[in-house]
Amino acid sequence: MLNASTLLLIPLLPLLSFLFISFIGKKYLPTLSGTISVLVLSVSAFLAIAVAYNYFFVVGMTNGIYEAIIPMKLEWLRFSPGVSIDMGIILDPISVMMLVVVTFISLMVHIYSLGYMKGEERFAVYYSFLDLFTFSMLGLVMASNLFQMYFFWELVGVSSYLLIGYYFTKPSAVAAAKKAFIVTRFADLGFLIGILVLSFHSGTLDIQTLIARLTTSDTTFYASATFTGFMGVSSLTWGLALVFIGGAGKSAMFPLHIWLPDAMEGPTPVSALIHAATMVVAGVYLVARLFPIYAISSPHLLELIGYIGIISSVLAAIIACTQTDIKRVLAYSTISQIGYMLASLGVSTYGGLNGEGFSASMFHLFTHAFFKALLFLCAGSVIHYVHSNEVKDMGGLRKKMPITHLCFLLACLAIAGIPPLSGFFSKEEILAAAFAHNQTIFYIAWLTAGLTSFYMFRLYFLTFWNKDYVNHHESHEHHSEGSWNMKLPLLILMLGAVGAGVVPFHHLITSDGQPYESEFHLNITLMAVGLSLFAIIIATIFYRKKNNLSDKISSSISQLYDFAYHKFYFDEVYQFVTQRILFNTIGALSSWFDKNIVNGVVNTTAFITEAFSETIKPVQSGKVQGYALAFLFGILGLIAILFFFNF
Amino acid sequence: MIDQIPLTHILFLSTALFFIGAYGFLTRRNLITMLMSVELILNSVNINLVAFNRYLHPTIDGVVFTLFIITIAAAEAAVAIAIIISLYRKINSIDPEQADELKF
Repeated sequence: MLNASTLLLIPLLPLLSFLFISFIGKKYLPTLSGTISVLVLSVSAFLAIAVAYNYFFVVGMTNGIYEAIIPMKLEWLRFSPGVSIDMGIILDPISVMMLVVVTFISLMVHIYSLGYMKGEERFAVYYSFLDLFTFSMLGLVMASNLFQMYFFWELVGVSSYLLIGYYFTKPSAVAAAKKAFIVTRFADLGFLIGILVLSFHSGTLDIQTLIARLTTSDTTFYASATFTGFMGVSSLTWGLALVFIGGAGKSAMFPLHIWLPDAMEGPTPVSALIHAATMVVAGVYLVARLFPIYAISSPHLLELIGYIGIISSVLAAIIACTQTDIKRVLAYSTISQIGYMLASLGVSTYGGLNGEGFSASMFHLFTHAFFKALLFLCAGSVIHYVHSNEVKDMGGLRKKMPITHLCFLLACLAIAGIPPLSGFFSKEEILAAAFAHNQTIFYIAWLTAGLTSFYMFRLYFLTFWNKDYVNHHESHEHHSEGSWNMKLPLLILMLGAVGAGVVPFHHLITSDGQPYESEFHLNITLMAVGLSLFAIIIATIFYRKKNNLSDKISSSISQLYDFAYHKFYFDEVYQFVTQRILFNTIGALSSWFDKNIVNGVVNTTAFITEAFSETIKPVQSGKVQGYALAFLFGILGLIAILFFFNF
Repeated sequence: MIDQIPLTHILFLSTALFFIGAYGFLTRRNLITMLMSVELILNSVNINLVAFNRYLHPTIDGVVFTLFIITIAAAEAAVAIAIIISLYRKINSIDPEQADELKF
């Protein structure tokens, strides 16, 4: 089961589907393309689940440890002996878990889109992009080589760009796509330099070898990486920090988060797949992939990552409380939850029970994929129904859309961490890990959990309660909450959001591959659940019925509220930096230099050449007899010279 | 009998022919006449070859050479006339002054 050909099929099937739809399906099977790619994806998902079963329960464990398996590795481009770009597959707990998450969520989104995107003009193109994304993401999680990962990392960025800009006639979608691409690309520059720094010192690009060389302190590689440095920080730490910048860009951590809320311009199922469940956790996955190096060789950097995560988490949660666009609230919630995952990695160390944070982070990644995809797909159904993203156009939808309502409620409870839903288990583990290792992070995380419950239930009540739904589109004939292919994924994901918490992650996915027994912390659980329930009650009071309580509160702290409503003016700061400093100062100077110096040199050269050629052009007259005369005098001249010098 | 004519006389003849040909080639405004002038130049060379063969190097080589040159000159004349005909069809004239397109 775990042979290379089976494993290769998992990413290659979506690739084939992408190629097929782009070259043939788009033209000849415009409506059938969706079905084809759903079928292909279901094969992929089935294979991924079979691989996961085989890995975790049949062959993966040797001597009580989950070892990484490399079923395939092809050398693709060799720089020097040892340093080469390979195309390989790595199977270890995290990559197998990601395989399942990516294929499964992608399949759900594929099915859902059959209904959601029905009748779109570029229906087939949409599916081809989805398949391209799925292929790239699978390639990313299976990569055994850092550079291979980087390739797929960029491919994921491209497909994200294509899908955000899917409605390319809308200027805002185009702007959002460009913003997402440029911001993540800018961060990826850090990733690339980081890769180069790490590979320069370790002499390899292979992830496993890299980890082995940079975590054992008696190797020459480790010595070269730690003894050289820049500004008092060793180059190993610099490399890891730069790699993390790439991860932070993809995972939308502050201050590189600005692209994610705008990315909501894309079709909602795309947001569910790319900007909630899979691509944005790539940063977390990257840190987890190189976790031994971070944890063993650079624990202070890991701590910093934890702080970045938790600060992103709390800031995003505060912003989410003030937003009124349903998808933007969910986007900030995604940033917040990813911040949680990184914070959890930040409080982890390598091995045993101290590696609890690692396991908890992966656990949260897993459960988050289910409930966040579910939330987005529910939001998609709501948007499909009311034709608006703004919560003020919603309200009172619980009777109109009972299934969506139930799913959304359960997903909200899951993200709020109410037992026994999935989010409770993963969040509890994160909080326990934080409590044991870093009290500051623990308290901020605890507070964020409360904020999360508050804004999720604010959104829930504003969408489904608050007032009676008034149909603004009287002319439209009344339509139901969606076809079966939109409801089915909701129900399946609901099962996941409810039940994903029972997976015993500390047995399956740990920092060193060794299962450990987790402890149950009653006081932390009580604290977290208590705060969540309290926040839910507040949200109920504020938003269940239409009242002005929330307005009163927000106007009493109007400055803070405005500050949060405008997303802490991050966009404006970026605007200022790029517009004023980059474009107007540095840009203007470079432009002058380019126009006058660079162009000047080129133009002068061209002018001299042209003038010279104008002068000698008449020589080439095309008059045969003129040429003949020149020959004649030439010959005579030669003869004269011969005579003169007496040869 | 021919031995009474010195070599220089024959060389005078061929030089005169050569320069008549060269002059014609440079001044005529008709490609056919120019071709004829080229033939004159060739013939002056032929005379030179035969004469040197006779006076300085008495073998058969020079004469054979000359025969070859005459053959080649005939072939060349055929090609040149073909070119002149297509040129005429193209620009309706066989004035070399007007056939200056080749510089491009």
